[in-house]
Amino acid sequence: MPVSRTLPSDDARALLDLTVDLADRELRPRVSADEKAARFPRDVFATLGRSGLLGLPYPEEFGGGAQTYEVYLQVVEELAAAWLAVGLGVSVHTLSAFPVASFGTDQQKQEFLPGMVGGELLGAYCLSETVSGSDAAALVTSAVRAGDDYRIRGTKAWVTHGGVADYYNVFLRTGGSGAGGISTVLVDAATPGITPQPPEHKMGMSSSPTSQIVFDDAVVSTSRLLGEEGQGFRIALAALDGGRLGIAACAVGLAQAALDYAVAYAQERKQFGQAILDFQGLSFMLTDMATQVAAARALYLDAARRRDAGQPYGPQAAMAKLFATDMVMRVTIDAVQVLGGAGYVEDHPAERWMREAKVLQIVEGTNQVQRLVIARSLSGRRAATSGPRLSHST
Amino acid sequence: MNIVVLVKQVPDSGSERTLDSTDNTVARASADNVINEMDEYAIEEALKVKEAHGGEVTILTMGPDSATDTIRKALSMGADKAIHVTDPALHGSCVIATSAVLAKALGTIEWDLVLSGAQSTDGGLTMMPALLAERLGVAHLSGARKLTVDGSKLTVERQTDGGYWTIEGQTPAIVSTWDTMNEPRYPSFKGIMAAKSKPVTTLSLADLGVDESEVGLGAATSTVLEFASRPPKSEGEQVNDEGDGAAKLADFLASKKFV
Repeated sequence: MPVSRTLPSDDARALLDLTVDLADRELRPRVSADEKAARFPRDVFATLGRSGLLGLPYPEEFGGGAQTYEVYLQVVEELAAAWLAVGLGVSVHTLSAFPVASFGTDQQKQEFLPGMVGGELLGAYCLSETVSGSDAAALVTSAVRAGDDYRIRGTKAWVTHGGVADYYNVFLRTGGSGAGGISTVLVDAATPGITPQPPEHKMGMSSSPTSQIVFDDAVVSTSRLLGEEGQGFRIALAALDGGRLGIAACAVGLAQAALDYAVAYAQERKQFGQAILDFQGLSFMLTDMATQVAAARALYLDAARRRDAGQPYGPQAAMAKLFATDMVMRVTIDAVQVLGGAGYVEDHPAERWMREAKVLQIVEGTNQVQRLVIARSLSGRRAATSGPRLSHST
Repeated sequence: MNIVVLVKQVPDSGSERTLDSTDNTVARASADNVINEMDEYAIEEALKVKEAHGGEVTILTMGPDSATDTIRKALSMGADKAIHVTDPALHGSCVIATSAVLAKALGTIEWDLVLSGAQSTDGGLTMMPALLAERLGVAHLSGARKLTVDGSKLTVERQTDGGYWTIEGQTPAIVSTWDTMNEPRYPSFKGIMAAKSKPVTTLSLADLGVDESEVGLGAATSTVLEFASRPPKSEGEQVNDEGDGAAKLADFLASKKFV
């Protein structure tokens, strides 16, 4: 059943209708096979790009859709409901234009944004390393200036779209230790000296490659520096606030899919002469799932509206991410339970959704890190954008 | 090359469809109305020809006011403008009367090529392109799976059950298209927004100089006398092999006149 939404305009309604149409016709028919084969659907992203869905929250002058986060995130939610790896991929890609859009010079915006938001290119982030995950400010990948170039050395880890992206936002060290020594450089994937490693073998979302990227004296012009040297950690944290909302929207979409499937199954499945939906014990499971999904949606939309209004929204984004991703874990586990044995086999998507849900509690800041962010906002130490290593930030 | 694409709004063939029991016409009010699937291929082909050769693409639709949704969809794919022929007196018009009205509407604009889906999923008559070609005195290249435009020369691969023919014609002409022709594009979000400001000309029977008595249910050349829904599928027949399974299967097939 289509999700009933409050949307701010007829344009937004038309955009969501288009998204649902694309999800039904281009995503749902092949998600199961592509996940099983660990096949990245680059052509699906091309279709979404042609339809204008890969740059929704960016200005029209650069080819974007000029949509609010409130609307953009509901598009992500609908895509994730059909195919989590695609919804999450759109969130990651959309975010990959954020450093240029928010910190780039006018010249950088003119040069890079149209390709990023126009749907032709696919982007990625290189923040984490094997030794620096939650403690992102401890990263060691370095860029050494040589004339008008940076020479980049190091290994980035857990890169979504690693090996399939056209460009990477690389967070690296141009200065001393700590958050203040980190900068952001935009790097073409085809740059010599960049070697994506084979994709990780993940518990779920196998169609979306996650890999390490090795930088072995990759030479990149200093004109690719985004913002100023030393501003990289701030850029990363600001991007993460938006990214957390993307993950929350993905979680709500996935949970909605699991809920809808469980309800449909419970209506059809008969035991003891009646639909199992008519057993109160089971229907109350479904009612709790539905309530949790609705609550998570309300939470991420509230944070999105704050962002759209120009208000601080970091703690609200962390709350939305925390609540929505814990919620989707519970809801997908319960969906398997509603299906019983059928939930445990690959003939139905419930077991896959349960595996996929887990990653959402980990990415864009683990849920433990979200609690850190929320805790700091409670004690008033840092309100808007905050991360785990505040002592290092400037 | 200015192209007109004939577009019809029909009840979604993937949903429950029925006739209206008051006058045995297609029940539109209760249906999920969409663009006739085959017409999407005609629109796509028109847009491709336009992209290659320039010109304008005009959508022509006859249907109730609610057909506006279908017109917007066609415009959001990239067509430039639309003509919507709508008049309460048109309700229940047969294919012959409809072709007369559409021919009049085609007379209101300049065009080189008319593209049309080869059939509609509601009426399914496949007669409209031929009727229009006859009324307008232009070539009809039917059932295309491929269209090549070279100046005023049109070359069509005409799809048939056994293969295809290559046929040629000159503009002005009508080409009807099958769903093997191309892969219709999705509208883009920008296209959806742009469609709202594209011109749609609404024409009534009076605008076209057609008398009400010539159209509608009363003037229809064919009448649906009665209809019944398709009977629900019955359970299949199970054949148990007790040493004579093959004979039983053969008897079953013979009883159904398969062998």
